[in-house]
Amino acid sequence: MLMRCGPGCHCPSPSPSNLIPKRVTSKESCQATDGKHRQSQKMIHSLFLINCSGDIFLEKHWKSVVSQSVCDYFFEAQEKAIDVENVPPVISTPHHYLISIYRDKIFFVSVIQTEVPPLFVIEFLHRVADTFQDYFGECSETAIKDNVVIVYELLEEMLDNGFPLATESNILKELIKPPTILRSVVNSITGSSNVGDTLPTGQLSNIPWRRAGVKYTNNEAYFDVIEEIDAIIDKSGSTVFAEIQGVIDSCIKLSGMPDLSLSFMNPRLLDDVSFHPCIRFKRWESERVLSFIPPDGNFRLISYRVSSQNLVAIPVYVKHMISFKENSSSGRFDVTIGPKQNMGKTVEGVVMTVHMPKAVLNMNLTATQGSYTFDPVTKVLTWDVGKITPQKLPNLKGIVNLQSGAPKPEENPSLNIQFKIQQLAISGLKVNRLDMYGEKYKPFKGVKYITKAGKFQM
Amino acid sequence: MLESSKDSAKLDAMKRIVGMIAKGKNASELFPAVVKNVASKNIEIKKLVYVYLMRYAEEQQDLALLSISTFQRALKDPNQLIRASALRVLSSIRVPIIVPIMMLAIKEASSDLSPYVRKNAAHAIQKLYSLDPEQKEMLIEVIEKLLKDRSTLVAGSVVMAFEEVCPDRIDLIHKNYRKLCNLLVDVEEWGQVVIIHMLTRYARTQFVSPWKTDDDVVEEYNENNFYESDGEQKEKDRNVKKTYTMDPDHRLLLRNTKPLLQSRNAAVVMAVAQLYWHLAPKSEAGIVSKSLVRLLRSNREVQYIVLQNIATMSIQRKGMFEPYLKSFYVRSTDPTMIKTLKLEILTNLANEANISTLLREFQTYVKSQDKQFAAATIQAIGRCATNITEVTDTCLNGLVCLLSNRDETVVAESVVVIKKLLQTQPAHHGEIIKHMAKLLDNITVPVARASILWLIGEYCERVPKIAPDVLRKTAKSFTNEDDLVKLQILNLGAKLYLTNSKQTKLLTQYVLNLGKYDQSYDIRDRTRFIRQLIVPNEKSGALSKYAKKIFLAQKPAPLLESPFKDRDHFQLGTLSHTLNSRATGYLELSDWPDVAPDPAVRNVEVAESAKEWTAILGKTKKEKPTEKFYSESEEEEDESASTGATESESGSESEKEDKEEGSSDESSGSSSSSEESSDSESDSKESTAKKTSGAVKESNAEESKKKAKGISKNRNTSSSSDTESSSSEGSSSDSKSVSDSRSDSDSGKSGSATSSKKEEKTAQDRKTPSKQDVFLLDLDDFYPVTTPVAVPTAAVLSPSLTADLEGLSLSGSSVIDVTTQVFVPTKTHEMLHRMTGKGLSAHYHFSRQPDMFGDHMVPVQVTVTNTTDQKIENIHIGEKKLPLGMRIHEFNPIECLEPGGSVTVSMGIDFCDSTQTASFQLCTKDDHFNVNIQPPVGELLLPVTMSEKDFKKEQGMLTGMNETSATIAVAPQNSTSLVIIEKVVKAANLGVVPSGQDNIHRFAAKTVHSGSLMLVTVELKESSTAQLIINTEKTVIGSVLLRELKPVLSQG
Repeated sequence: MLMRCGPGCHCPSPSPSNLIPKRVTSKESCQATDGKHRQSQKMIHSLFLINCSGDIFLEKHWKSVVSQSVCDYFFEAQEKAIDVENVPPVISTPHHYLISIYRDKIFFVSVIQTEVPPLFVIEFLHRVADTFQDYFGECSETAIKDNVVIVYELLEEMLDNGFPLATESNILKELIKPPTILRSVVNSITGSSNVGDTLPTGQLSNIPWRRAGVKYTNNEAYFDVIEEIDAIIDKSGSTVFAEIQGVIDSCIKLSGMPDLSLSFMNPRLLDDVSFHPCIRFKRWESERVLSFIPPDGNFRLISYRVSSQNLVAIPVYVKHMISFKENSSSGRFDVTIGPKQNMGKTVEGVVMTVHMPKAVLNMNLTATQGSYTFDPVTKVLTWDVGKITPQKLPNLKGIVNLQSGAPKPEENPSLNIQFKIQQLAISGLKVNRLDMYGEKYKPFKGVKYITKAGKFQM
Repeated sequence: MLESSKDSAKLDAMKRIVGMIAKGKNASELFPAVVKNVASKNIEIKKLVYVYLMRYAEEQQDLALLSISTFQRALKDPNQLIRASALRVLSSIRVPIIVPIMMLAIKEASSDLSPYVRKNAAHAIQKLYSLDPEQKEMLIEVIEKLLKDRSTLVAGSVVMAFEEVCPDRIDLIHKNYRKLCNLLVDVEEWGQVVIIHMLTRYARTQFVSPWKTDDDVVEEYNENNFYESDGEQKEKDRNVKKTYTMDPDHRLLLRNTKPLLQSRNAAVVMAVAQLYWHLAPKSEAGIVSKSLVRLLRSNREVQYIVLQNIATMSIQRKGMFEPYLKSFYVRSTDPTMIKTLKLEILTNLANEANISTLLREFQTYVKSQDKQFAAATIQAIGRCATNITEVTDTCLNGLVCLLSNRDETVVAESVVVIKKLLQTQPAHHGEIIKHMAKLLDNITVPVARASILWLIGEYCERVPKIAPDVLRKTAKSFTNEDDLVKLQILNLGAKLYLTNSKQTKLLTQYVLNLGKYDQSYDIRDRTRFIRQLIVPNEKSGALSKYAKKIFLAQKPAPLLESPFKDRDHFQLGTLSHTLNSRATGYLELSDWPDVAPDPAVRNVEVAESAKEWTAILGKTKKEKPTEKFYSESEEEEDESASTGATESESGSESEKEDKEEGSSDESSGSSSSSEESSDSESDSKESTAKKTSGAVKESNAEESKKKAKGISKNRNTSSSSDTESSSSEGSSSDSKSVSDSRSDSDSGKSGSATSSKKEEKTAQDRKTPSKQDVFLLDLDDFYPVTTPVAVPTAAVLSPSLTADLEGLSLSGSSVIDVTTQVFVPTKTHEMLHRMTGKGLSAHYHFSRQPDMFGDHMVPVQVTVTNTTDQKIENIHIGEKKLPLGMRIHEFNPIECLEPGGSVTVSMGIDFCDSTQTASFQLCTKDDHFNVNIQPPVGELLLPVTMSEKDFKKEQGMLTGMNETSATIAVAPQNSTSLVIIEKVVKAANLGVVPSGQDNIHRFAAKTVHSGSLMLVTVELKESSTAQLIINTEKTVIGSVLLRELKPVLSQG
C-alpha cells in the first residue's frame, strides 16, 4: 500500500501534497481501530543543502523520500525575505514544516512532519555543520561536493530514523576517519577502508566523549581564554550597554584517561556558565573547580558571562564626525580611533566596518594608517587599521559622494569595530592551576588569553 | 564495475552511485547489481550498499527481499556494531512483507547484551510502527521492557519511541519515573530533550499545581542539609505555613533538571526552561531566565526561537526578565526578525521605572535604516504609551515630531499609531488633528491617509473649520484614491453631513454619487448604505433618526496588544508555539489535576514485594501515627526491632543500629526525599535478602533471615547517613565523594554518645567472629560498610536506581538478560597486611555490582584502614604491572585517612577473563607497597537470567569440547535444592535459572570481558552423588570453575 511509482518519484511532477496524503490515509484507516489519528513521522525527515544561488546540491532522506519540490516553499520565503539573514528559520507548508539554518553560505533545510522542539532541529543542524567543518576544514559547497560519500556516511551515523545517534566528533572520527591526503594514498594502495569496524569505546562507557587508547608522545594541554566585549556606545561616547562574554577553548592532547581539574584565581567573576558535558557539575557547584576527563583534541570547555555588576573597561575610543550636507551630493567623513584603558597591552587587528546609507554612491578617503575598501553594492566601508600606537592615532578622513537628488540620510551609520588584545583577559579572569590525576606523565600545560571585540558598535 | 572482483573497483562504483543519490538523481535501475554486494566483506562497501538499500528498497520490494537473509545473519554477528547496523538497515527498509521478521529482530535486540544494540532496537520500534501500526500492542510490550533498561544510552531512544507509539500510556512511566529523573543528567543531550518534554507532560497529569497558593508557597522539603550543594536558596525564605506541599517526586524532577540549564545544547536549555515554566512554583521559574539570556549569544536561528519564547514568558511574568533588559537592546547588525522580536520583549518589559531609558533607546531605533524595523518601533512606542499612562503624553509628542520625518513609512506608521492613541485619549486633539490634516497633502500611504480621514471625521466637531475643507480636497481626488481611503472619505462625508449639513450637504452628495459608480462593489455597497441612512427621503425607515447616534457613537479604544498574547496556550519551546498554530502531532499540555493521583504508583515494585514479605512472615506491626513519607522506613524499623527482640546477639546490634539510624535521621533533618531514597535502597536490599532467605528456607532459614536482616539493616543505616553522597553525586562516577561524605556524615552525628556507642559496637563486632557461626562472620565482613562510609554503589548508581535494578531481576523475563547479583558478596581478601603496610592495611572484596566502570570491568571494593596513630595522606594507585590486555580503573586518590579510620573505595579491573593476578602499587604520600588482586574465577562472571528453554537451547549449542563435567560426592546436608543454589551462587556470580525438575539445578552467567555464556548444571543423582556440567566457549575458565565448584558441594 505504500508502494510508490518507482522512478516517478523523481520526476518533477509530484509535489509533496500528492505524495503524502496517500500515506496519511492509509495510516488513518489502520489506526481507526484504536481511535487515534497520529501520524508517526517524528523528527527530521529529510535534509536538503542549498547554496546561495538556490541549487539543491545534496539531499538525504532518513525516511521515505520527500520530493525536492518541497523546497519551493523555502525559495518563496527566501525571495520574500530579500536578505538571507531574514529568512525565517521555521516555515510552515501545507504538509511539512521546514526548519533551516544558514551557515557559511549554505542553507541547511530540514523537513519535519510533526511537532518537534524547533531548537532541537536547529541545534542538530548546527552540529552537522560543525562536523563538516571539523572533517573538511571548511563547510563550503565545494568541500561537501568533493566528499559527498563521507558526508553521506556521516549523516547516516548522526541520525537514525530522524533521531540523533552519534554527534560527538570524537566518536564519529572513530567510526569514519576524516579524509587526509595521506590516508587516501594509503587506501588506494592497500585497499583498506576509512570506515571503522568496531564500536567506538566511548559510545558505551559513561564518558562517551572520549575514546580509549589515546597515545601521544608529547602530552600537551592548552587552554585559550577568549573574551569578547559586547558593547553599544552612543554618540556622545557613553556606554549604553557593555558585557563580557568568554569561552575557554581547549586543545588537549593527553594519553590515556587523564582526569583534569582546572581552578581559577577569581571564579566568582563567572556569572553564568555553560559546560561541555564532561565537566562535573557538582564539583563546580561546591568548589568552583572545573573537574573533567577531557575529550581528545579541540573542544569548547566552557562558555561564560561575566557578572554584570563589574564595570567593563572599554579598551578603545572613537572620535567620529560624519555629516551630510543638505541639498548637496556630498558629505564629510572623519574618524579617529584611539586606545584607552588597555592595561599596557597593545590593541591589534583593529578593523572598522560601517554600513553606509543607501544613498551613498562612493567614498573618497585617505587613511593615515592601514587601508580601506568601500563596496558600492553592499554599501559597506571596511577600514583595516591594524595596530594602534598611542603616539600616532589612526585617522580616516575624506568625502562621501551621495546620489544626487536623494534625500539626506537622517541618521549617522553605526560603526562596528573589531580588535584583539593578546595576553589579556579583560575581565581579569585568571587560571590558577591545572592538576592532572589518573596518569603518570607530566603534561605540558599552556594558557593563552585573548580579548576580542564581539558585537561592538558605536 | 559492480561485477568486478576487486573491492576497490566496487567501492569506486558504490561511491559514484551514492554521489548520484545525493544529487537526487535516480539510480534505481542499478538495484540488482547493488544488492548482490550486500554480503561484501569490505565494511565500507557494505555501508554504502546499506545507504543505497534504505533509499530504494521501498521501490523495489521484491529485489530487496534478497538482502534480508544477509541481515538476519548479521543480527547474530558477534560484533555489536554489525548487529546494530543490520538492525538499523533491516528496520529502515520499508517493505511491509518483512514486518514479522522485523518484530522478531526487535524483540531479540531489545534483550541484547550491548546497550548500543538495545538503543537501535528502540529506534527500530518507531520505524516498525510507522510501517505497520497494527503491531502497536507488541511494540508497547517491547517499550515497556526497554523503559526498565538502566543504560543511559537506551533511555533517550526508548522515550522517543514511547512518545511516538503510545504517548497516552502514561502508566508505563510510573515505575520508571524516578529512574528517569535520576539518569537524566547522564543521558546524551538529544535524549535529554525528549525525556524532559515527556516528563513535563507526565508531571502535569500527576502532580497538583504549585501555583495556586503562589504567594505563600511553602517548600515542605527542607533541603538544606542534603542538597545545599544544589545551591537552592529557597528554603531560606521558607516559612512555617503549610498550605501547599510539593510531591517529593515533583521536587525530584525539578532538582534533577536544574543542572541541565548549564548545558551547551540550546535545545536542552530550552527544554528545561519550559519545564520550569510549566511545572515549577512561580518563585522558582526565575532561575531559567539567566540561561535563556545566555542563549542569545548563539546563532540567529537559536536567537529567533529563544526570543519568541521569552516574548511569551515576558507577557505573563515581567519580573523574570527585567534584570536582563539591556540584553535585549537591538544591534544594527541583527537581522530584522531578531530586531522585531527584541523590540517586542522590550515593550513587554516596559514599566514606570524603565520607560524613560527605553524611550530613549526607541528614539535611536526609529532612525534606523531598516524601515520595517522603524515602523515596528513606532508601534511599540504606541503600546508603551497605552500601557503606561505616565508617558502617554511624552510618547504622543514624540510621535507627532515623527510626523515631520522624511521617510514616508515612518510617518504613515506614526499616523496610524497616533490615531489609536487619540482614541484612547480623547482629551486634547485639536492641534494634532490640525497638524495631521495639513500632512494629508503629502502622505501617500493609504493606511495613513485613511487614518487621518477617520480621525477628522470622528472629531469633526472639534475642528469645524478644517473638516469641510478636507472633504473638499479629498472629493476632488476621490477617483484616484485607494479603496481604503475612499471608504474613509465616504465615512467622513456622512459624519460631516450629520453634524454640519449646511456646509457639506452638496459635497457629500457629490462623493456619494462618485461612490455609486465605483469599480469596487465594497464601495458601492457602502455608498448605498450611507445614502439610505442619512439622506432623508420618503422611504427612509426608523433607522435614519438614529443615524447620528450610529455614526457618532463613542467608539471603544482599540487595545494595543502584543502579538504574542495568544501564544501562551501552546507549550513553550514547541513547533506549534513558534508557528502559533497547531502542528500535527502536538500534544496538549493538560491542566493540573485538582487532586494528585496516588503517588504510590511510582514506587518501584520491589517495595511492594518487600511489604508482602513482611506480611507473610507475620511480624507484628506496631501502628504508629506516621507521616506519609516516613511510613515505609518506620515499618522497617519496626520490623528489625521485632527481629531484635527474638534474637539475642544480632538483635541487640540491630537495635543499636536502629537508634543510630534514628539519630542520624534527626540530625540530618527530616528530608523526606532523602528518606525516600534510603527507603528504596533498603527496599532493594530487602529484596536481596528475600531471595537469599527464600533459598535457605529449611535448616538455615532462621539464621539466614537474621543475616539478611543484618545486611539490609547495615546497608540501610549507612545509606541514610550518606544519602548526601549518593543522591547529590547522582551517578557521576566521582568516587572522591566517598571521603567527603564520610566527613559530612560524621559531623552530622547528633552527639558523641551515639558515635561512641557505635564504636563500642564495632569493636564488639570485631571480636565476635571466632565465637559466632559462619553467618555472623559474614556480618563482620560487612564491617567496613557499617562505618559511615558511602555504599560503593552510591558513587555510580543512586539508590532508587538500585531499586530499579533489583526490580529488573525480579521481573524474571523469559529471555537472556543481565541481572544484578543474586548473592551479595561476602568474603574479603587481604590485599595488604598492616605489618607489611607499615600500619596501612587493605582488604578487598568483589562487590558484584554490574556496570560500574564500563562493560569489561570487574568491580572490586577496597577497604583501606589506617591502624597507625598518624594521618596517612594521599593514598593512590601507583605503578601497575599488568599482564597484556588487562586494565585497571583506579579509584580516586584518598586525600587523607585519619588514624583508626577506614575508607572503602571502588575500582574496576578488567581481568580479560583470566585468573591472572593484577599487580599494582598502593602508594601513600611517603611509601609504596606492592599488592596484587587475584580473582576467583567465580567473580569473572555476570549473572544472567533466562528461561529453562533458552538454557537448553544454548546448552545444545555448547556441547563437545565446550562441555566439561565431573561427578562429585555431595555431602548429605547439601542435598536440598535451596542449599545447593545458595552455595553455588555464593561461590560464583551466577544467575539462577528456574528449573522444572527438583533434582536438576541450572545456573547461567556470562563472562565479564568477552560476554560468552557460562552455563552450569548440577544434577543430583542417587546415593549422594551429583553430576556437575559446565558448558561454555571459554573452556579454560569452565574447567577452573568446575574445579572450584566441586569442593563447594562436597564439603559440608
